[in-house]
Amino acid sequence: MTVIEARSLRKAFGKTVALDGVNLRVDEGRILGLIGPNGAGKSTALNAILGLTEYQGELRVLGRDPWDERDQLMRDVCFIADVAVLPRWMRVSQALDYVAGVHPRFDRAKADSFLAKTDIRRTSKIRELSKGMVTQLHLALVMAIDARLLVLDEPTIGLDLLYRKQFYDSLLNDYFDRTRTIVLTTHQVEDVEHVLTDLMFINRGRIVLECSMEDFESRYLEVTVRPEQVAAARALKPIHERQVIGRSILLFDHVDRKQLTALGDVRTPGIADLFIAVMGNQAGEAQGAAR
Amino acid sequence: MNTQSNAVPESPLGSQAIPSAAPSATRPLYWSVRREVWENHSIYISPLAVAAVYLVGFMISLIWLPPSMREVWMPHTMREMATLKAPDSLIGLAMPYAHAAMLVGLVAFLVGIFYSLDALHGERRDHTIRFWKSLPVSDLTTVLSKASIPLVVLPLVAFAVTVALQQIMRLLSIAVLVANGGGAATLWTRLPLSEMELVTLYGAFVLTLWHAPIYCWILLVSGWARRATFLWAVLPWVGIAVLENIAFHTSHLGSLLQDRLWGFGAAAFDLKDKNGVPVDTHFIPLAQLAPGRFLSSPSVWLGLVFAAACLVAAVRLRRYQEPL
Repeated sequence: MTVIEARSLRKAFGKTVALDGVNLRVDEGRILGLIGPNGAGKSTALNAILGLTEYQGELRVLGRDPWDERDQLMRDVCFIADVAVLPRWMRVSQALDYVAGVHPRFDRAKADSFLAKTDIRRTSKIRELSKGMVTQLHLALVMAIDARLLVLDEPTIGLDLLYRKQFYDSLLNDYFDRTRTIVLTTHQVEDVEHVLTDLMFINRGRIVLECSMEDFESRYLEVTVRPEQVAAARALKPIHERQVIGRSILLFDHVDRKQLTALGDVRTPGIADLFIAVMGNQAGEAQGAAR
Repeated sequence: MNTQSNAVPESPLGSQAIPSAAPSATRPLYWSVRREVWENHSIYISPLAVAAVYLVGFMISLIWLPPSMREVWMPHTMREMATLKAPDSLIGLAMPYAHAAMLVGLVAFLVGIFYSLDALHGERRDHTIRFWKSLPVSDLTTVLSKASIPLVVLPLVAFAVTVALQQIMRLLSIAVLVANGGGAATLWTRLPLSEMELVTLYGAFVLTLWHAPIYCWILLVSGWARRATFLWAVLPWVGIAVLENIAFHTSHLGSLLQDRLWGFGAAAFDLKDKNGVPVDTHFIPLAQLAPGRFLSSPSVWLGLVFAAACLVAAVRLRRYQEPL
C-alpha cells in the first residue's frame, strides 16, 4: 500500500526554489532516510507531507491531501521535529493527559510502560529534564500512538551517542512493526545506516538518488585501489574518487565485485561515502553548467 | 518507492484514504482549553490574589470601622439607621461588595488582554507550535480554545471568585456584628447579596460581549505580529485616531474606541430610575437591567461581527504560521 505519493511537488519561497518538481512514492512498512545538505529541501518536503506548508503539484499522504486535511491526517501521522518543541512549562503527566485527551489513537498504558524504563518522573516539568530525557518523553508520546506514518526531522540533533543509539533501538524494537512507515531526515547518517530500508538523497529541491538499502548494498562498491591498478580502475568509470593517506579510493556503481577484487580491497561504502560522492558530482556538474 | 524522474505511480492519487478513529468533536476543544489553563496560571491566580488582598483590606476595615460605616453597621445605631433613607443605607452596605466585584472584574479584563497578547504569539516564539500541530487538533479548535479564555473562562472565574469573596465578606461582617453584640439577621436581610450577584453575572455577560472585539483583535495581532504585539494591537488605532483629528478636526474613532472600552454601562443598564433620578452604580437593582436594549443594540452586533472576522482571520493565519 502506498503511504506517500507525490507528483511534480514544487515549493518556492520567493525566488528560492525549495522543491523542484519532486515525484516520489513511499510504500507501507518502509523506513526512508531523506538525506541532503542544509537547504536541500528536506524539511520543506517533510512540511509538505505533514500539511504544514502549502505546495504546488499533487501530494497524497495515506490518501489524504495534507494541506486541506491536516488535522484528520494527524490522527494517523506522528512527527518529531526536534527536541526543542515540547512545551517547557508542561509537566510530564500533563503532556500524557493532553495527548491522551486529544488523540484518539493514543495508548496511555503503552506510554507509561515506556516511561517506566526511563528516569523521567511524572511530576517533573519538561524544562527540568535533560535534552535526552525530553527526546525519550517525546518518543514515548509518539510510540504510544497507533500511527501509520512517523516523520522524524532531525530527531536526535544535539544528543550524545548513547541517547541517539537508544532512540533508534527503541524505534526499531518497540515501535516499528513492518505495517508502519517511517520517514526521517538526519545529518548523522551513520546512526541510521542499519535502520533504513530505503535511501533518498535530495539536493537543491530535486531527488538526486533513490534506492532501497538492498540495492545500495548490491550496486555500490568502494575499492581501495593498489597503486599499480589505478589506471585500470579508472577505466571502469568510478562515480567518485578520493585520496586517503596517499591511496586512491574509488566508488563504483553497478560494477561486478569480482572485477573490482582484482584491483584492491573491496568493501560496501557507507551512506556518508555515497552522499559525498553524489553531492560532489552534483556540485561539479553545477560548476560545469555555470561555465 | 519510486524515482523522481520516471516512476510516477499509475494508481490515482487519493484513492485509498484510510478511515481514522473518529474522536468526539468537543474533546479536543475541552483539552485545549484545559492546557491553556495549565499554561496560564494567571487566569485563576490573579483574580484569587486580588480577592485575597481585598479581603485582607476588608478585614482591617472591619476592625477599624470608619465612622460612616460604623453608623450603618453598628447595632446601637440601628434605630438611627431606620431613620436613614433606605437607598442610602443600602448603598453604604453594598459599597464594599460592589467594589470587590469591580476590582475582580477589572483584573479579569487585564488578564484577558495580556493573555490574548501572548496566546498565538507565544507558541510561535517558543516553537511549540510544531508540537501542537503534530496532534489532530485543527487550527479552528486551537483558536477557539484560546478565544474561550477571555470570552468564557475568565468571566466565569471572575464571577465565581466575586461570589466567594462577597460571601466571605458577609460572613466576616456578621461575625464582627455578633462579636459586638449585634444581630446577624439585620445584615443578612438588609444586604441584597443575591440580587447583587445576579447583577454581577449579568454584568460579566454584557462586559464579555462588549469587549469581545477587543480580545479577538488582540488575538489576531498575536497570531500575526513577529514581536511587540501590544504596540501592533494599539498603535494602528491610536495612529488613525490622531490622523483623523489632525486631518478633519474630528474624533469619531477616538469616541468609538472609548465607547468600546467603557460604553457598556449605558447600553446594558438603565442608569436612571423611573423618576429620572440617576441610579448609584454601587447598587443597581434588577429592575434597572436592560438586556433587551443591550441585545438589540447595533454596537453589540457590529462588535461581534468584527470579533468573528478577527477569529476567522486568526484561524487562516495560524495555518500558515511557522515558528519565529
